[in-house]
Amino acid sequence: MPDLTQAAGWLPLAFMIIMGLAILIYVVLDGYDLGVGMLMVLADAGERDLMVASIGPFWDANETWLVLGIGVLLTAFPLAHGIILGALYLPVAVMLLGLILRGVAFDFRVKAQDRHRPWWNRAFFAGSLLAALAQGYMLGLFVLGFARSPTTVLFAVLIGLGLAAGYCLLGAGWLLLKCEGRLQQRAAVWGWWALWLTALGIAAVSLATPLLSPAIQARWFAFPDIFLLAPLPALTAVLFAVAAIALRRLPARLAAGDEQGVWHPFAAAIAIFVLAHAGLTYSLFPWLVPQRLDLWQAAAAPGSLAFIFAGVVVVLPLILAYTAFAYWVFRGKATHLGYG
Amino acid sequence: MNLADPLLLARLQFAANISFHILFPAISLALAWVLLYFKLRFDRSGEAAWMEAYRFWVKVFALSFAIGVVSGITMSFQFGTNWPGYMNTVGNIAGPLLAYEVLTAFFLEATFLGIMLFGSGRVSRRVHTLSTLLVAVGTTLSAFWILALNSWMQTPAGFTMIDGQAHPTDWLAVLFNPSFPYRFTHMLIACGLVTAFLIAGISAWRWRRGDHGADVRAALGSAVGLAALLAPLQIAVGDLHGINTFHHQPAKLAAMEGLWETQRGAPAILFAIPDEAAQANRHEIAIPGLASLYLGHSVDTEVRGLKEFAGAHPPVAPVFWAFRLMVGIGLLMLVVSWTAFWQLRRHGRPGPLTGRALVAMTFSGWLALLAGWYVTEIGRQPWLVQGVLTTAAAVGPAPAGTVGLSLAMYVALYVLLLAAFVSVLFYLARQAVAEREAPGLNPELDPFRAGARHAREHRHA
Repeated sequence: MPDLTQAAGWLPLAFMIIMGLAILIYVVLDGYDLGVGMLMVLADAGERDLMVASIGPFWDANETWLVLGIGVLLTAFPLAHGIILGALYLPVAVMLLGLILRGVAFDFRVKAQDRHRPWWNRAFFAGSLLAALAQGYMLGLFVLGFARSPTTVLFAVLIGLGLAAGYCLLGAGWLLLKCEGRLQQRAAVWGWWALWLTALGIAAVSLATPLLSPAIQARWFAFPDIFLLAPLPALTAVLFAVAAIALRRLPARLAAGDEQGVWHPFAAAIAIFVLAHAGLTYSLFPWLVPQRLDLWQAAAAPGSLAFIFAGVVVVLPLILAYTAFAYWVFRGKATHLGYG
Repeated sequence: MNLADPLLLARLQFAANISFHILFPAISLALAWVLLYFKLRFDRSGEAAWMEAYRFWVKVFALSFAIGVVSGITMSFQFGTNWPGYMNTVGNIAGPLLAYEVLTAFFLEATFLGIMLFGSGRVSRRVHTLSTLLVAVGTTLSAFWILALNSWMQTPAGFTMIDGQAHPTDWLAVLFNPSFPYRFTHMLIACGLVTAFLIAGISAWRWRRGDHGADVRAALGSAVGLAALLAPLQIAVGDLHGINTFHHQPAKLAAMEGLWETQRGAPAILFAIPDEAAQANRHEIAIPGLASLYLGHSVDTEVRGLKEFAGAHPPVAPVFWAFRLMVGIGLLMLVVSWTAFWQLRRHGRPGPLTGRALVAMTFSGWLALLAGWYVTEIGRQPWLVQGVLTTAAAVGPAPAGTVGLSLAMYVALYVLLLAAFVSVLFYLARQAVAEREAPGLNPELDPFRAGARHAREHRHA
């Protein structure tokens, strides 16, 4: 590790932290709205409108965290940006296709002619699913350093499915918070199934990753690190149990009009994503292109980084503050949206 | 043209993406300010017409904004997927400018958009108006950063090259590079004209269908007034921008003017067919001396011709034609907007011919905007960053098949979305007209009852 008292040492590290945070916030925030989009396929027409209403005021800002994450990669680590996105050319295109479909379907499905409406609903679902699958697929290829073989592609597909399930879990947790009545009870059932699929995905990935990547295996199973790391999977298991118990009890409790513990699944899902993110960070740090390019090698000139960093220090707290304000304005149960 | 050439495909893909993308921010940038104007008029006067105009156009705003956001995300990935050489060479300059766009503009507009669109029942009127203002500020800030970067690529300044990479030496010089003030102003006015003609066109369309409501009047009057103000201003700013290009990018200017020979008393060519192989124009119609006059304010001004830049000038015909298309539409805009303005003042309504012209020119702003972009972007070729990096040197290693596949996918999607946008725009207008004819009855939502009423009226007539 280079000298962290020098600008060329600590600035790239600072941007790595900012990028990691932006990606984590993106995954959680856009994760719940992509999840709601995927769950729409299970809902009936009236429920769909309310589901869209629950994410309507937020999705745009949620997606901006992806632009920030990719923006930091582009601006702070220009050398890695080209390699990573060049290697992920087609999955990136598929993800963008999904995000475009989802984003425009939001508006078209309420404004377009009646006979087109079912198509925009389908585009909304398909876009959400495509984006989630493509993001997981890209993560899978990234973790293994972009090696392409039938095994690594299978692994990437597995992560794609696991991430889509995880987004559905977040989406169901969000609906539990923002909806009422029958839709809320159904969300608990959807959450239950999504939870098991997510658990299956995480377990499979945790087993497959060390088998496919010797570097990650060495890092996790070295002595004595393994004892320091053991709490990570243990805590994840506890969180799954918490979510499972809550989702099991909620349908009956909600039917009786009792909202106690309704936030447990969403909170547990966020915590699971935070832990998974921490685990990945531990596996990959300090690589930007695994085993090939580290964050210091890929960094832009210190002068440019300092210029952006000044902006980040001033603006990021502001962004967090007005994001919190927007969530506060739309607090409570979702209602049908109308322009005013 | 060889369609198996990855460079050409990558350029086509970028052109397709940015051409589609720019259409929507151009609307949302100016429409945000127009909506703020409608809202302030309503807040001050309490006249329902302004709120009705706001309610109609905020739907169009939401739609354009959404399409602008998602197609903009595509842009941010394109740099890496298709043009890695760009960031490798000028990343130290381009990176911070793009980062500041995300930090200061994207989050601001995206976050307050939610409150602007859906929050009026949840926040005070003042906070709602403030949110509308912040969205408008956000869209304009976004244009500031991206045009600073684009202008820097045209007229780079404030940097030094070290080991083949650009390093900033003076950020103010980078931001306020020689062409930036002209390009930024030219672009902001262009967005205003796109939106003014869009609003005027749709409003005239409703008017011609018998929808003479106060909200249609308010929107039509505001849009025509805005167009009449901006059209002459744009011609003046465009002239200054052209003089700036004359000083800083002479090869681009020579292509715009279609001049092959370096000469004093250079003519303004009205029509010609530029022939690159023969290095001459065919069927030329020109006014002698005029180009020297408007570029240097003297007939003696020397204008450098394309032959001076042999092998390093842009393709002539597309730049030459796109420039004439843009100028032609600009002049037409001036005539139509002033005529409509005068008629509205005089008679309180547009004349039948003017009404039809406004409808026909609904999307004329888009056409002029794209033509202008092609002039400035194709005009910079073969450079990606003038004098620093060629386009060919920046392209990535992705094979033709991959680029072609994703290009086909994007184009198909964009054609579909453009058709959907235009169709929904007129559908919303049709709905509004129907609502006025039969309040409470919407033939699209309730065809049976609306039809029954329609039939009843026929019987009585």
